[in-house]
Amino acid sequence: MVVPVAFFALFFAWPVAAIVARGLKVDGAWQFGRIADVVAQSDIRHVLWFTTWQALASTALTLLIALPGAYVFARLDFPGKQVLRAVVTVPFVLPTVVVGTAFLALVGRGGLLDELWGVRLDTTVWAILLAHVFFNYAVVVRTVGGLWGQLDPGQEEAARMLGASRWAAWRKVTLPALAPAVAAAALMVFLFTFTSFGVVQILGGPTFATLEVEIYRQTSEIFDLSTAAVLTIVQFVAVGAILAVHARTVRRRETALRLVDASVTARRPRGAREWGLLAGVLATVLVLLVLPLAVLVQRSLDAPGFGYYRALTRDDGGTFLVPPIEAIGNSLQYAVAATAIAVVIGGLAAAALTRRDAGRLVRGFDALLMLPLGVSAVTVGFGFLIALDEPPLDLRSSWILVPLAQALVGVPFVVRTMLPVLRAVDGRLRESAAVLGASPWRVWREVDLPMVRRALLVAAGFAFAVSLGEFGATVFIARPDNPTLPVAVARLLGRPGALNYGQAMALSTILMVVCAVALLVLERLRTDRTGEF
Amino acid sequence: MHTKTFVAAAVGLGLITLSACGSSSGSEGSGNSKSVTLVSHDSWAVSKSVLADFEKKSGYKVNVLKDGDAGQAVNKAILTKDNPQGDVFFGVDNTLLSRALDNGLFQSYEAKGSDLILPEYRVDQAKHRVTPIDSGDICVNYDKAYFSKHKLTPPASFDDLVKPEYKNLLVTENAATSSPGLGFLLGSAAKYGDAGWQGYWEKLKANGVKVVDGWEQAYNEEFSGSAGGKKAKADRPLVVSYASSPPAEVIYGDPKPKTAPTGVSYGTCFRQVEYAGLLSNAKNSKGGKALLDFLVTKEFQDDMPLNMFVYPVREGAQVPPEFVKYGPQAKDPETMAPAKIADNRDQWVKSWTSLVLK
Amino acid sequence: MLLSLEDATVRFGGRAVLDTVGLDVAEHEIVCVLGPSGSGKSTLLRAVAGLQPLDAGRVLLDGRDQAGVPAHKRGVGLMFQDHQLFPQRDVGGNVAFGLRMHGASRPQQEQRVRELLDLVGLPGAARRAVAALSGGEQQRVALARALAPRPRLLMLDEPLGQLDRSLRERLVVELRELFGRLGTTVLAVTHDQGEAFALADRVVVMRDGRIAQSGTPLEVWQRPADEFVARFLGFDNVVEGTVAGQAADTPWGKLPVPEDAAQGTHTLLVRPAGVRLVPADEGLRCTVAARTFKGTHVAVQLQPQEAPRLEAACALREAPEVGDEVGVEFDAAETVVLD
Repeated sequence: MVVPVAFFALFFAWPVAAIVARGLKVDGAWQFGRIADVVAQSDIRHVLWFTTWQALASTALTLLIALPGAYVFARLDFPGKQVLRAVVTVPFVLPTVVVGTAFLALVGRGGLLDELWGVRLDTTVWAILLAHVFFNYAVVVRTVGGLWGQLDPGQEEAARMLGASRWAAWRKVTLPALAPAVAAAALMVFLFTFTSFGVVQILGGPTFATLEVEIYRQTSEIFDLSTAAVLTIVQFVAVGAILAVHARTVRRRETALRLVDASVTARRPRGAREWGLLAGVLATVLVLLVLPLAVLVQRSLDAPGFGYYRALTRDDGGTFLVPPIEAIGNSLQYAVAATAIAVVIGGLAAAALTRRDAGRLVRGFDALLMLPLGVSAVTVGFGFLIALDEPPLDLRSSWILVPLAQALVGVPFVVRTMLPVLRAVDGRLRESAAVLGASPWRVWREVDLPMVRRALLVAAGFAFAVSLGEFGATVFIARPDNPTLPVAVARLLGRPGALNYGQAMALSTILMVVCAVALLVLERLRTDRTGEF
Repeated sequence: MHTKTFVAAAVGLGLITLSACGSSSGSEGSGNSKSVTLVSHDSWAVSKSVLADFEKKSGYKVNVLKDGDAGQAVNKAILTKDNPQGDVFFGVDNTLLSRALDNGLFQSYEAKGSDLILPEYRVDQAKHRVTPIDSGDICVNYDKAYFSKHKLTPPASFDDLVKPEYKNLLVTENAATSSPGLGFLLGSAAKYGDAGWQGYWEKLKANGVKVVDGWEQAYNEEFSGSAGGKKAKADRPLVVSYASSPPAEVIYGDPKPKTAPTGVSYGTCFRQVEYAGLLSNAKNSKGGKALLDFLVTKEFQDDMPLNMFVYPVREGAQVPPEFVKYGPQAKDPETMAPAKIADNRDQWVKSWTSLVLK
Repeated sequence: MLLSLEDATVRFGGRAVLDTVGLDVAEHEIVCVLGPSGSGKSTLLRAVAGLQPLDAGRVLLDGRDQAGVPAHKRGVGLMFQDHQLFPQRDVGGNVAFGLRMHGASRPQQEQRVRELLDLVGLPGAARRAVAALSGGEQQRVALARALAPRPRLLMLDEPLGQLDRSLRERLVVELRELFGRLGTTVLAVTHDQGEAFALADRVVVMRDGRIAQSGTPLEVWQRPADEFVARFLGFDNVVEGTVAGQAADTPWGKLPVPEDAAQGTHTLLVRPAGVRLVPADEGLRCTVAARTFKGTHVAVQLQPQEAPRLEAACALREAPEVGDEVGVEFDAAETVVLD
């Protein structure tokens, strides 16, 4: 437990505290009155209101659309399933600038909806909500689907034999078992959408403002640190309240679920209902997720003979160009580092949280770990600047700061994905191992780890995607001049010219492919199920 | 198997930590007198050969830290001014200059070759805290194809933009978050005065101006003259961009066009100048000074246009032919003193927001 | 003494689940703790294993106090009722687990696994998947796993609970033989009196966290210590009576008692074997209320006119029908004066 706490304190709590203090302490005097001032402004209340309800609406919509998807991916077997699962995680990874383009092709002028029904959703709230679903679909599918796939179908069958209808059996047996995972996914989606930044700006336009956008403006543009500090505190309180509600209402019963290997539960669809569900989910995925991505790919292929791709490899020497190999290399390097850090820290935290003798304090840490997802990335980024400026922690110009900031967002994913599965492990299995001579650490390794291996891979996949997509504070910290894929794409889009635009599309496609391939590799990385002799 | 995974992760983590220690001691501009650190915004770019040349001649290794967009970078520099991240800061422009100077971000240093900087760019003559490095013009660009197809003359001035024949044709950026958006607003304020610019914007709004969040979106999605815009079936042929955009369309056109597909409405321009300076508590002042000198040399100034799409400020510096032909600098752009900008910026942006966006 | 419990106490909430329990298990002994659910017997096992800390008292293994010694260092074996086999490993992996934890080399592991699987009657099953085993086979694997690291004490929690009856009966015999051969010291816990009696050298009956009686199966059977133990063993012919000399005055009339029986008011037990059926006009007059076929004999419930029911055991051929009137006589040898 020590390591996660230290990590959290050093790289999150301290920077945030530092920058908030800087904002509220003017000339040595604490300006707490400022808090009242800012909160009283009706603008800010309106912003808070909008931020909250759009996050709630987005979460609800995402759950509605993605839960059937979770089921389909967990329980049904169909050709191309693994590839498709990797593909739906790709939106997570795309820089927002690119998503804007991609999504507008669906909902904007001349997009699919426009052509079919003359409906344009850009600049409406619906564009924001749908874009949130686009981004977060994978969160639900992977988190909930991961556990769903491991639930023993025998339980539901037993209920049906006892007279429960299909629906009642699902509701009474499966749903309670799934509840922790669904709650975890809902929480993550809510936090993401609550602090949503780029999507709101690009798809909603400047008339929509969330708390995060406002904090960004105050910190980055207007440079009114005290207002920014107050807004950060407001955001913090709101997120804290949500986390508290979540902790209380989701009764984390330490039920030992009968977990089976996921490959055992997946089968071909049977009956019209299941085929219908499969078709529905595939159609949704196709339209909502694949189509916008396809638009990007199509635009990258506009030049004859892969012209834009070839342009990427040409090193003009004189004018600005980003050798894509370099950008891919940088991205992967950061991603590997960030994933390693997130998995180790998150794994340790998850292990500590499932120990039988975990006290109330340790359980509280569970909620704390989610905070980085809910606190303004701008604040954290700026916080790094003033907190981590003294040796031995002067990491401001070190490249490790980027993966650290990325791991900060990755750790909650790892913990949240692994916890429901870890908690479902029968305590007596651990006791058996202990009596046979396994020290607590070995118990974890021999009993828990194999059970959560799947969840661990899912979590690693998330952390990897988070890193590739440069979530959170990485956008707001100073970077040495080693561009990663998203940075390179943003650079190319920042200048006029067909060649630049085309190369940006090409690089985005490469980013998507890299992410999908990496995720597929992770899925395939399955150690032998039996025979650990 | 599990052992291996764990060991691999641990080893990886260990290596990373070691290399972090290694690299951080190498990349700090501190103590180590052999390296100098430049802090800038994300648009900084220089040709590898030009920079390598400087490194060889001066003996300093240059580390570059990119810190977000211009506003962010400046604010961060001010935030860390007591213990700065680097030695030289590049990228504070005239809209942010007063903020930087008032916060004591820079120390005095007159770069060698400052006397060759064209007089119209010089500023802070008394203390030489900043050195002008480049300039750009924020102007409305127009899509030639659209206007020839509809047999319309493209607008040439601010006044033109509110005329009925140009209704619903203009897209601009959010002045609160975008540099060109702000520049356009300041240009209108310079032209119509402190009291008059609101009236102008009311008319613009009535004439159907569309506001989006950033330049990327405005130019690549909403402007019909760009490659992205064509694909997105954009329907606005007027966009607030830079005078250097049409040359870029030519240089980076695919296929290479015979002439620029877009043009500049020179009556709508606002002059933007970018400065660099030696940070107040720089650890390697000597290296910083050498770097500043380098930024004013002909070699660098010649290299700038094609890397950052800006104009040099040094007398006699070379500008690529496409720039001269398709996007020369405005001869009479709107300008505003940095001090005046600093005084009014927040208030104006607020008024603008409630006027145009609400 | 291999295992000694001294005044072991465990409290959950305000309730003492184990109440100053003292128990000794000698080397090579097989002790069965018998009791209804809630009597604290599982807690006893867990306390010895180190999975449940004691609130008072001590656990001594080989004379050494185990306070502060974690479960994985105690060198005891524990087999759960539902075996808890590791699902991700095959049979061989499960059995070898303890050996791996103690650092045995691969060849050593392989050899021992083979040995044990032969011992438990599953030769060559090392590569089989756990999920594919039947209940009985899983039980054997769990046993092999617990025995593999040669624990000084083997503890079994309801070892045969999940098996069907014939399998249970067969296994009980096999286990006793196995333990005898290996010389294992065993502490088993069960609620099934038949199992306990078949397996154990010594039986300990527990009730509400305390020990009610300890003794060899024969001793406990012949002389239950009190009414609770008697009833738990399945004896229902329990009645109050006053002992005077060689007979006791009870609602069933005069009961002959053994020679050295305690005098005065006591609770008495008559085992069904000691209830002899005689013609209706001799002895105590009863009506047959029910009869239950028990395989080897018939258990007959007899209802005297103004006294509590009696149970008798009859041979198949001689069992009366329901409603018949019979007479009852008692055999002193099968009468026990309790407490």
